[in-house]
Amino acid sequence: MTARKSVVVTGVGATTPLGGDAASFWDGLLAGRSGVRTLTEDWAEPLPVRFAARIAVEPSELLKPVEIRRLDRSAQFALIAAREAWKDAGFEGKFAEPTRLGVMVGSGIGGVTTLLSAYDALVAKGPRAVGPRTVPMLMPNSPAAYVGLEFDARAGVHAPVSACATGAEAVGHAIEMIRSGRADVVLAGGTEAAIHPLPIAAFANMMAMSKRNDEPERASRPYDVDRDGFVLGEGSGILVLESAEHAAARGARVYAEAAGVGFSADSHDIAQPEPDGRGVAEALANALVDADLSPSDIRHLNAHATSTPRGDIAEVMAFTKVLGSAAENVAISATKSMHGHLLGGTGAIESVATVLALHHRQAPPTINVDQLDPEITLDVVRDKPRALPEGQIAALNDSFGFGGHNVVVAFRSA
Amino acid sequence: MALTQEEILADLAEIVEEVAGVDKEEVQLDKSFTGDLDVDSLTMVEVVVAAEEKFGVKIPDDAVKDLSTVGDAVSYIEKNQAA
Repeated sequence: MTARKSVVVTGVGATTPLGGDAASFWDGLLAGRSGVRTLTEDWAEPLPVRFAARIAVEPSELLKPVEIRRLDRSAQFALIAAREAWKDAGFEGKFAEPTRLGVMVGSGIGGVTTLLSAYDALVAKGPRAVGPRTVPMLMPNSPAAYVGLEFDARAGVHAPVSACATGAEAVGHAIEMIRSGRADVVLAGGTEAAIHPLPIAAFANMMAMSKRNDEPERASRPYDVDRDGFVLGEGSGILVLESAEHAAARGARVYAEAAGVGFSADSHDIAQPEPDGRGVAEALANALVDADLSPSDIRHLNAHATSTPRGDIAEVMAFTKVLGSAAENVAISATKSMHGHLLGGTGAIESVATVLALHHRQAPPTINVDQLDPEITLDVVRDKPRALPEGQIAALNDSFGFGGHNVVVAFRSA
Repeated sequence: MALTQEEILADLAEIVEEVAGVDKEEVQLDKSFTGDLDVDSLTMVEVVVAAEEKFGVKIPDDAVKDLSTVGDAVSYIEKNQAA
């Protein structure tokens, strides 16, 4: 049997509610800052939820006016994060071997603000007012396509869509794309720009969102007894994944090994998580096998933990079931307490955080846990960052989406 | 009151700059939209819709085909603008 290709992470980029690049995002995580704010727009007034985690740096500060005009906000975020990741990996301009470069960038909802504003224009001014770029802006593969155009990716440009599991799923498929030999380098991640009254009203009416309007910075509180739902965020994370051989040949800096991925589907309900965490456990077990890890190797988990009453418990139950007593040695961080829930972007920025945690040997904190839910018996990193052990260790990032999609990505320290 | 050729060119150059990201100084009568200014077919539709609004003219799709240079567009607008 031939040895399987190893895949490594050589670049990271992010634009998030905590900072406009990966470094400021990481600083915000370690500082335990909240990126959640009251929405002051007029349209927010009648909504049951009037707060969200907007990105820290508006795209108009970084992109040309014509790019702002032609790209949906979700694609603007992805392009910003991809340019940062590309440069961070040591690349410049277009890729030298286009047929060996791939893109795997998804979003949960696609160009929803483009779609809705085009509809407003149609109703107000008629069909001639619907711009000829509406379709290429609203299609969910638009961010992936623009990232591909930017760097000349011709090995394949893909856009996984699996609601809140999208970003992690993209990273997982990128690992497989490189292992299969289809590409040497893949830009992978997710993006979302859905802070608009329609998605907010829809999620709020599912009873999925926190309604703590008087304390927005304290609203995202995974594992706390008083958690009442998720907080919507926006932004994008992109990782440069590369075959270990390709990275070594060009002397690239390696943050971590993208060691493997586990997928599963609940087949239970379109929106509710399977209450015992069966599907989550299957994805976790699959990830350990795929990455060739034993439970005792895992020392950090960037949890999905969206701050919903049931979801947070199901995830921890699954984790304990698969890792057994080794689960007690895992430093668990629920970073959504700070950056909110970026839907299709979330697994991507959390993968960036997981990779940086291994690189810096620091687990970021979970904020707003005033009183830990007694059903959470594992080691939650609270309020301050925690040093991770030296030596070879591994960390996991898990993500789950409406539709019953479960993804666990495993990283190993470099 | 009808606009002069110079006035139409100045306003059209602003539209092309905004829509296509081309410096308005580059937008001269002898320039070709596709060859010189990198205005592709989708961008041309945006230019046309913005020009219709700005100058109060109708530019049907059949007419757009004949507008290959900036000068063609300026002449069309000059001839068809509301008196």
